[in-house]
Amino acid sequence: MKENNFKIANKFEKLSRDKKIEMLRKMYKIRHFEVEVDKFVLRGMIYGTCHLYTGEEASAVGAISAIDETDYIVSTHRGHGHCIAKGADLNIMMAELLGKGNGYCKGKGGSMHIADLDSNNLGANGIVGGGLGIAAGAALTCTLKKNNRVVIGFFGDGASNEGLFHEALNLASIWKLPVIYLCENNQYGMSTSVKESMNIDRVSKRAASYGIDGITIDGNNVIEVYNTVSHFAKRCREGVGTVLIESLTYRWRGHSKHDSQVYRTKEEVEEWKKLDPIKKYKEYLIENKLITEEEDKEIENTAIKEIKNAVAFAEKSEYPDISEVEKDVYSD
Amino acid sequence: MRELTYLEAIKEAIRQVMKENEDVFMLGEDIGLYGGSFGLTRGLFEEFGKDRIRNTPIAEAALIGAAVGSAVTGMRPIAELMFSDFSTVAWDQIVNQAAKIRYQFGGKAKVPMVIRTAHGGGMGFAAQHSQSLEALFAHIPGLKVVMPSCPYDAKGLFIASVYDNNPVIFLEHKILYNNKKYSQHVPEEMYTIPLGKGEVKKSGKDLTLVATSYMVQKSLEVANELKDKMQIDCEVVDLRTIKPLDIDLVIESVKKTGRLVCVEEACSFGGFMGEVASQVAEFGFDYLDAPIVRVASKNCPVPYSYVLEQEMIPSSDRIKENILKVLGKA
Ligand SMILES: Cc1ncc(C[n+]2csc(CCOP(=O)(O)OP(=O)(O)O)c2C)c(N)n1
Ligand SMILES: [Mg+2]
Repeated sequence: MKENNFKIANKFEKLSRDKKIEMLRKMYKIRHFEVEVDKFVLRGMIYGTCHLYTGEEASAVGAISAIDETDYIVSTHRGHGHCIAKGADLNIMMAELLGKGNGYCKGKGGSMHIADLDSNNLGANGIVGGGLGIAAGAALTCTLKKNNRVVIGFFGDGASNEGLFHEALNLASIWKLPVIYLCENNQYGMSTSVKESMNIDRVSKRAASYGIDGITIDGNNVIEVYNTVSHFAKRCREGVGTVLIESLTYRWRGHSKHDSQVYRTKEEVEEWKKLDPIKKYKEYLIENKLITEEEDKEIENTAIKEIKNAVAFAEKSEYPDISEVEKDVYSD
Repeated sequence: MRELTYLEAIKEAIRQVMKENEDVFMLGEDIGLYGGSFGLTRGLFEEFGKDRIRNTPIAEAALIGAAVGSAVTGMRPIAELMFSDFSTVAWDQIVNQAAKIRYQFGGKAKVPMVIRTAHGGGMGFAAQHSQSLEALFAHIPGLKVVMPSCPYDAKGLFIASVYDNNPVIFLEHKILYNNKKYSQHVPEEMYTIPLGKGEVKKSGKDLTLVATSYMVQKSLEVANELKDKMQIDCEVVDLRTIKPLDIDLVIESVKKTGRLVCVEEACSFGGFMGEVASQVAEFGFDYLDAPIVRVASKNCPVPYSYVLEQEMIPSSDRIKENILKVLGKA
């Protein structure tokens, strides 16, 4: 979809074959990670709740591949994809989801709070929109330390109706903070459609209120996401500051562990599934002779194998010792 | 006799007040067709329509603010906050607006509204979806705070809350919602239970257990077990509302038993039972034969992992041990 007047270079073209394949690999990892999480859900092994990212893989992988390892991300409750794209260890992630002591948060966080500080992933958030201010703050550090880093603040369409959205984007805009606000518009906030919750058709139009760039892109096209985020990350580093990117995508699964999905039709879901971001990207890679059908299968199978290992790792890991309960409340 | 779950009792109360009074309406996130995150409003949307069961965007401050504004101008809104933890996003509207308006306007305005919200842990929802924040609300003059422990009370207290002319925080424990174990007979007709009146849920002579919400159920289980196995006869007092607080009922009970164990799910530090304990110490000191003991959660955010969560929240064993300690039998 062409809805903007930005001249965005095709930086993707210049990527090495390895890097391009790595992006596919990550998308497969996310897809199959969620398959296994879903199995755990069915077996009653995910305590509390979790939110699957299936169908939105291009958004996390496109965006995060376009920034550096030293750059930061702030994630959401639907955060498994962001976490994997930023380079988290699948075993440790899966262990956290099962509440094991060797998980990323020692079992204290779970799916909604998974964070991997070592990869500059500042964590998922159980509060819708809760990360918007934190993203501005991380970007403020980048500005103050002049370290030339940028931040991607992920959030949902639903989150854009929270008050903090306005406060954070306004603040980021006046301070020209190097933060890319990336709205993953998957058409619904829980059961409430975007149409029902906003009086405008594009979240990106809200950028006008802050005098920052706003753009809507095809969030199921990993190349488009990559190029757009690359473009604006560069501008952030050049001191131009904040941007609002709206990445149009779709959540294939229910909102969380239990969802009757009365608010949408099966046909609608099927229509969106035809726009499968992984299928689209792998076909591109095959057409452009970057990989063969066989290599694609191989990449997918390797991802599946890695996830299965993560499952086995998590299952045999130990629960935390109960003496942990009151530790980590304060820093020393 | 028909039995209802806690969730069904609250839903019936909503349906009945909405039928009875045109000024009552609901607003909240995903409460429409979807029926609410816990399914509590399922069917109400079809019955009352979108004007009276109003689905809001994800905007807690605005939805609570809208409830306040409509209450001041003649409506009786019921606002749903999906999880009580999200009240913090609307904190100004609750604390500085809803709670203050009447007083700061010299008693000339009233704010008849209910904020219904799911609270408490024990379901693996982790740090931002499991808190017990009642002490924060109770600390604010102008707010009333209701914590029903069973379906019968939930219905009567809810109807009373809607007809109260003040902002009422109605805390519903998510563990109680659908658990049939706690189902009980709930009369079909409308009835109210006055805010500020506790109830003795089990009478006994050896020791008083005072509790709120789900901890009343846990306390009852422990009390029954101790009676059967050890002939220890505990009295269980359910505060039902913590503000206004029925301290007389607690003191009356302590007069009889001479011993008090307070049980709550919130973190112990600054927990509401500190208020109960201090009032009993102040006004009922002469009746006490032993120090007051509090059983509460550990002082940490609610952890995700089942083993840690169970360690944090008061368990039956922990309640039992403290009872025995107070009785000098530990
Ligand atoms: C402050 C707050 N309000 C409500 C919720 C409950 N909730 C969790 S996810 C969600 C929907 C969020 O929608 P969106 O931002 O579009 O993200 P998506 O789930 O679609 O990825 C809601 C209402 C919450 N966790 N926090
Ligand atoms: Mg959404």
